[in-house]
Amino acid sequence: VAFFLQLVFAGLALGCNYALIALGFTIIFKASQVINFAQGQFLLVGAYVVSVAIFQRHLNFFIALLIGIAVTAAIGVVFERLVLRRMIGRPPFTIIMVTIGLNVLLLTAVTIALGGTQLVQPPAPFDFVGRFNVAGITLGYNALATIGVTVLVCALLYGFFSYTRYGLAMRAIASDQEAALAVGIKLSTLYALAWAIAGAMATIGGVFLAASVPTFDATLGNSALVAFPAIILGGLDSILGAVVGGVAIGVIYELAQAYSPTSLGTGFYTIVPYLVMILVLLVRPYGLFGTRKVERV
Amino acid sequence: MSEIPAASAAAPLEEAGLRRLLGSARNRLLLAAGVVVVGMIFFVADDSWLTVLNTAMLFGIAALALNVLSGYAGQVSLGIAFFMSVGAFTAAWLGGSSSEIPGLTYSGLNLPFELWLPAAGIVAGLLGALLGPTALRLKGFYLGIVTLALVFIGTYAFKNLHFISNGAVGRPVPLPGFGAFSFNDFSTPNTIFGLLVDKQQLWFLLSLVVLGLAGLFVANVARSRAGRAWQAVRDNEVAASIMGVNLFTAKMGAFILSSFLAGIAGALLASYTAYTAPDTWNLLLSIQLIAAILIGGVASVWGSILGAAFVFGLPAVLANLPQSTSENGFQAFTNNLSTILYGLLVIAFLLFEPAGLIGLFRRLQVLARRLEARRTGSEGGETAQTLAASSAASQVEVEISKLPHGSV
Repeated sequence: VAFFLQLVFAGLALGCNYALIALGFTIIFKASQVINFAQGQFLLVGAYVVSVAIFQRHLNFFIALLIGIAVTAAIGVVFERLVLRRMIGRPPFTIIMVTIGLNVLLLTAVTIALGGTQLVQPPAPFDFVGRFNVAGITLGYNALATIGVTVLVCALLYGFFSYTRYGLAMRAIASDQEAALAVGIKLSTLYALAWAIAGAMATIGGVFLAASVPTFDATLGNSALVAFPAIILGGLDSILGAVVGGVAIGVIYELAQAYSPTSLGTGFYTIVPYLVMILVLLVRPYGLFGTRKVERV
Repeated sequence: MSEIPAASAAAPLEEAGLRRLLGSARNRLLLAAGVVVVGMIFFVADDSWLTVLNTAMLFGIAALALNVLSGYAGQVSLGIAFFMSVGAFTAAWLGGSSSEIPGLTYSGLNLPFELWLPAAGIVAGLLGALLGPTALRLKGFYLGIVTLALVFIGTYAFKNLHFISNGAVGRPVPLPGFGAFSFNDFSTPNTIFGLLVDKQQLWFLLSLVVLGLAGLFVANVARSRAGRAWQAVRDNEVAASIMGVNLFTAKMGAFILSSFLAGIAGALLASYTAYTAPDTWNLLLSIQLIAAILIGGVASVWGSILGAAFVFGLPAVLANLPQSTSENGFQAFTNNLSTILYGLLVIAFLLFEPAGLIGLFRRLQVLARRLEARRTGSEGGETAQTLAASSAASQVEVEISKLPHGSV
């Protein structure tokens, strides 16, 4: 039982990471019906900037985090302004590709910045490797911090979407764009805002994702791909869905890694999230919490 | 336009086909120029250049495969690498020989090239037919994400099918060989029309033939009933379905043809490097191929080829440039120049020229004609000629505006 609970805890921590990543996708999709395939590289850029700020500029963790958030948010806004603004009304294929173009650019930028050294020390606010035991379960500080931050971020987002002017406006454009325009909501500001929030989310997610490994390199961004099953499971346009989906996929992943029988070969757990995703797409394409606007022929 | 003289009355079909290919003086001129260029490349280019060209042509087949599905039929796919891997491992298993090293358990059936190459395409096509009905229920982003999952599942499957792939480390792939030609054994010299050819030259000819056949086939299918149905589905599904296009059949057709061509491309690429491992066929490859068709030209045969040459040939060409060793940052920049270029170009083309390099080329043609018209107008003052020329130019312009701008 202790082993099982340990796995669930690990899955929870991993799932919170996925949830943070998935939130970035969901916020953009909710506002503008765009899936940002560059989200993974936003994570990488965020984690890299924070890491450089801490270890080379010797800044305080929280200041470094703010700088990282500012950088990724700025990249998001600039990209939205300069590129995506002109792509409105184009088919999904084109929009996917333009974000993949950004993906390539950001990845290359970080690869160049890293130069020969491919490994970066992960940023950490305090001793993240520490851990303590509760009833036979090892709780790592990093995992606890990830869960705590995810809860905090969710609470902030909830507040933002429920009580602030811009949050309400964003929900309005998500539910009916024309009606939102009619009551005087400015779409362009909100699209930019969505990209800024997604960029900020990516830095937070990237920092905690990087902190869960001893060193990270330019492949960090690939982890964002695991967020796809999470957002599909939860429903593409649901904030709650992103969190639930992320946590669910995290727990499923950890359990599959521990319990998948050897007859299924090596690495079976790596595709379990995708199998879950395909199943969800076939049975319930709008996910657990998504709007029932089914994209099928 | 002059008619070509009837060569033989016994083969009217063949003649009609030839006339369509070679009918106009312009086409015959282009063909002659093409033959001269290919001949020059064949005799002049050294092995390193031929390697670049061969790689570009083989990837051109893959880009063509993707263009059938994404360009002509408008279905987003990130899964092209998966179908290429199916082709590669089918070829390796059917054509290769079993492991002679104790401990390694991969097997092979030693079948000849004439069997394993078509089989690679057919197996990939069948798998496409099998997966199509499930995948094609989804549209847009959803289809993109499902095909992305396909790449991961394929990598996992091939890593575990040890008898086919030898696990994650991969296995050797047989080289082509037919009749007197063997791409492997040069103990007896290979000759074509009495000319001695080496390995890269043989590959050049093989790639050219396969790419040429695939290109001709796709270009002709695109003008057929099926091809027009694909484009109708891409442009507007509801409208296409009202006009009597069966959406499912049209999408399945494109999906299967695309998978088939991808399988062929994968088999040839694996055979070209003589070795294949599951991780070779990853998501990056899919993304590079998408970049290739976007840069080259969506829904265009020449666009696929140009784009593949750009994305897969350019890194090799840039690698031949003198590398700066003085400054580390600059070196890193030049080393990644091709990646930066293609990232930037994908965005730039999508923004400013959705028809890709081919679109750019057509635009330049119009511009050239217009300039010519203006020059002859100012110099000679022949009003009639100017009018004729400018009206011809505007006609081309109308054609361009009909191109699937944006509706990729």
